[in-house]
Amino acid sequence: MFRKLSEDRIKVRISFEGEEFFVDTDQSVASALLAEGHQVFRSSVINNQPRGAFCMMGVCFDCLLEINGRPNQQACMVPVKENMVIKRQISSGNNPS
Amino acid sequence: MTLPAFDYVILGAGPAGMAAALTAREHGVKVLVLDEQSQPGGQIYRNIETLKTTRPQEFQKLGQEYQSASQLVENFRQCGVEHWFERSIWQISKDLSIYHVNPEGEHDSSVPSLVQAKHLLIAVGAMERPMPLPGWTLPGVMACTAADVLYKTSGLVPEGKVVLAGSGPLMLLIACRMLDAGVRISAILDTGNKTSTLESLPLLPKALRTPSYLFKGASMIWKLRKAGIKMVSGVQTVEALGTQKLEQVRFRKGSMTETLGADLLLLHHGVVPNVQITRLLGCEHQWYEQQRYWEPKVDEWGNTSVKGVSIAGDCGRVAGSKVAELSGHLAAFDMLYQMKVITQKDRDQKSKHLFEQRNSHLAVRPFLDKLFQPSKNWLVPQDDSTLVCRCEEVTVRQIRDAVKKGALSPDRVKSLIRCGMGPCQGRVCGLNVTEIIADESGLPPETLGYFKIRPPLRPITLGLLAQLH
Repeated sequence: MFRKLSEDRIKVRISFEGEEFFVDTDQSVASALLAEGHQVFRSSVINNQPRGAFCMMGVCFDCLLEINGRPNQQACMVPVKENMVIKRQISSGNNPS
Repeated sequence: MTLPAFDYVILGAGPAGMAAALTAREHGVKVLVLDEQSQPGGQIYRNIETLKTTRPQEFQKLGQEYQSASQLVENFRQCGVEHWFERSIWQISKDLSIYHVNPEGEHDSSVPSLVQAKHLLIAVGAMERPMPLPGWTLPGVMACTAADVLYKTSGLVPEGKVVLAGSGPLMLLIACRMLDAGVRISAILDTGNKTSTLESLPLLPKALRTPSYLFKGASMIWKLRKAGIKMVSGVQTVEALGTQKLEQVRFRKGSMTETLGADLLLLHHGVVPNVQITRLLGCEHQWYEQQRYWEPKVDEWGNTSVKGVSIAGDCGRVAGSKVAELSGHLAAFDMLYQMKVITQKDRDQKSKHLFEQRNSHLAVRPFLDKLFQPSKNWLVPQDDSTLVCRCEEVTVRQIRDAVKKGALSPDRVKSLIRCGMGPCQGRVCGLNVTEIIADESGLPPETLGYFKIRPPLRPITLGLLAQLH
């Protein structure tokens, strides 16, 4: 879905769903994951449908992930940091109907 | 408790916020600027400092206007303003106490978590007008400006089968940038309507007072056509298809339906002011019919109906970066007058040429706002099963049903079916909810009001709340 124009920056180590990546520093968690080809960040809270990053500027709250054990983190706003442990946020299925 | 206090707190370090900070600092006022990003620039000049120093090639490709903004950013850095970056506002009380957290939603010890403003300038900019259509929540469907953010912050460009759908000058600009970066665009589906084009023609003579905008627009269209990109105008419906992620885009024009393979669908339907904070503060808003959005009611200096609160830039009537910058200076001059730092005569003298410049940039706007007026079949999704509220997963049909039961305002719809109650707090669905209620009830949108915006503006933990006391 996306490709990187250059590969010359400082890297940090992160893990996503148990898999380790070395990603460019100075960017958000969402852009780091998109650069690695990961598009599905969570499942929706009502219908359990796949969701990913949408607006990339903190408006839509669709890119929510679990970062270092904390849920509901905005992946497009949180900068990547060394040793971040990132997980998909899977709905517990609280369909109210 | 005595809070750290500043004469002038500015929310947003885009062109408007930076300009206001410069004018305020020139007159010795104590200024604090808060911004969600890690460096100044706003969305338009996003990541400008890093790009200039570490990726000069991409910096060049972003064009002359982007490059020349680095002077503004440098001046801002040197003007002696206090700036706290990576700050997200979650509450502002009536006495202008400002509560903020870092992107992780936490307090950190580097800065006080609560500050007080004597005068507040809101310069938080615009957001893309959401464009709900079937399948738009699938991974692989994104807002058009998301691609621009990825390019500026991470040097990422779309790859594979890329389709753009929507209308507006910003979509053309982003498409041209992609072209310059070597991206192959499969198709551009133009959803603009012909009626707007005709109705905009009488406004053209005034627009010709600033021909540079029109010239820029025409040259972008020419460039895209020359590149041989498939451009379809008059598109009436668009659907995103796929199971786990986007696989295809289906569109209809008249009686013709076509399906394209797609890895990325970028949507753009113009930009609208981000009114979350002005709403929270209880500022009066008015309906701007031409572009069908709510904007704060302001005077020529950007003063809102709430004392001590003004706005500048695209969080009011959307008019682009040059107007934003000029409005930032103007708002600051009036703040200086209100604080008795300068006299009224001083203020008026110093502002005269700024007003003139602003008027000249604004001359093109009535034409553009009419030409790119959003058409009804995109404001009210025709397919009733389309999700409007992405957070709480509420469809057009559910909103129509709520209206039939008597919910004649966004707030009533919200309390009946949770529409607008999720983490985005109605930022995404708000305008469409108003349009759907208007369509179903036959009432004009300006009589329906908007969601009541309450704190917290972003999710925070109970633990964080407890730390405050």
